[in-house]
Amino acid sequence: MIELYDYELSGNCYKIRLMLSFLKLDYVSKKVEFHPGKEHKSEKFLEINPLGQLPVLSDTNLVLRDAQAILVYLARKYDKKNIWCPIDDPEKLGLIAQWLSFGDLITGSSSAARLHDTLFYTEFDIGECRERAHAQFRILDEHLFFQEQLNQSWICDGEKPTIADIACFPYIALSEEGGISRMSYPAIRRWMDRFKRIDGFIVMPGVFPAGPRSF
Amino acid sequence: MEISCKDPVILNQWHPVSSLDVLTMDTVENTILLESKISFQLNSKEEVTAWLSLDDEKTLLPTRISYGFIWVSLGNPPKDLFLFPEFSESDRQNVATGVFGVNVSAGRTVENFLDMGHFPYVHSGILGEEPHTEVKEYDVEISEERDEVLATSCKFYQPQAAVNSNEGMDVDYIYRVPHINCALLYKTSPVDDARLDVIIIFVQPMGEEWVRAHTGMCLIDDESTAEQIRQFQQTIFGQDKPILENQYPKQLPLDSRIETPIRADKSAIAYRRWLSQKGLQYGVIPSAI
Ligand SMILES: N[C@@H](CCC(=O)N[C@@H](CS)C(=O)NCC(=O)O)C(=O)O
Ligand SMILES: [Fe+2]
Repeated sequence: MIELYDYELSGNCYKIRLMLSFLKLDYVSKKVEFHPGKEHKSEKFLEINPLGQLPVLSDTNLVLRDAQAILVYLARKYDKKNIWCPIDDPEKLGLIAQWLSFGDLITGSSSAARLHDTLFYTEFDIGECRERAHAQFRILDEHLFFQEQLNQSWICDGEKPTIADIACFPYIALSEEGGISRMSYPAIRRWMDRFKRIDGFIVMPGVFPAGPRSF
Repeated sequence: MEISCKDPVILNQWHPVSSLDVLTMDTVENTILLESKISFQLNSKEEVTAWLSLDDEKTLLPTRISYGFIWVSLGNPPKDLFLFPEFSESDRQNVATGVFGVNVSAGRTVENFLDMGHFPYVHSGILGEEPHTEVKEYDVEISEERDEVLATSCKFYQPQAAVNSNEGMDVDYIYRVPHINCALLYKTSPVDDARLDVIIIFVQPMGEEWVRAHTGMCLIDDESTAEQIRQFQQTIFGQDKPILENQYPKQLPLDSRIETPIRADKSAIAYRRWLSQKGLQYGVIPSAI
């Protein structure tokens, strides 16, 4: 049985809940109280992940930490159609890995800003976090704009979204909780709207379902 | 030490700054109240001291411990805090469900808490569900005697009214706003329909548009663990947060005519009028007279 060490308000855990939902997999959510309990820093949890971070996935004999690593694993193991993480094309695989890593960079900026404003992680320099987030959003916005020019809907080329889209979505969708507006990123906003219409899409607190189609 | 906020109405209030359960004895904690940095420390279960962090003289501020929270004032607070007798009923479970920073004014936070209309949309499947979207007629009064806003006979259909519900039910609600930044909601308990669970929101204004929202529950429920209760409430509050942060203007307009009557419903209108009567200026857009 798949088990997810999970916290409802965590965008990184949400990445995994999205993947599990897209793949229609059953799992057990093992709740870890990030706030206010700081359970992810408890001795018991540090034995599961010495980094003291969520999410962690366990499946038969495997215990895996890091949202991006878990996405790779779930896609390779359970996506029989080979859509979410195709490996037959080395170039595409390289690009997927590049954007997975970008997804983790967004955790370091947008998620940090959200922790500052929402959960009082005052050790973060809020101005600097927001600036970095904007720089990253600009890069992604430009990339998605050029993708659209080539009739591509997703971060990596192809008909279907990949795990790269999943890794980037949560902390972009939650950015306003850290005071980071998406006003100046129209291509990102259109991509978010397409993402929300993927079959199996689910929300988390702070993320809303797609609105009615505007045309 | 200069305090930048000059509004006596808000300066003279008691303000919640922390729930007791997260504090360690004799450890200095820092927070922000009305744009001033303050520090406080729990000396015993009954005693807490607080001071302006930048004040070399460390002049002590008025403090109290009530209802599981530390309260501090930057002015001359009233002798008593509002009444909340359910807190001391012996068969209840009191749980502080967490504090969250929100980029909005205190008034907006309280007002959203009073609004049942958003349940089916924002808390879909939990506190409401389409097509049960109608807010039925209810009563609102500003009680002179208790100096609070009171909304009674509210009814709403809820698929999952509380963590221990196992089916949808029609829930009775009472709302109390006994403090400009604090509200209490009383609702039918899923285990005893003759009694009411209480959900509280105590808002600490850090600035005019940035608050700490302290949430808590006082429940007749000896089965759910404190952690399950906290999780339930965090889900709900996590859903409210983006709604709050998208309010425009972020400060609360006290003149109800500024916004459409659907959003600013009966209890919101009474709340705004009550704040107006008090002459509150901080975090609100006062009505032009
Ligand atoms: N690279 C990790 C980052 C995970 C992460 O930052 N998780 C947050 C919760 S959303 C956490 O547990 N933070 C605690 C910490 O970093 O100390 C991943 O992608 O899973
Ligand atoms: Fe709500």
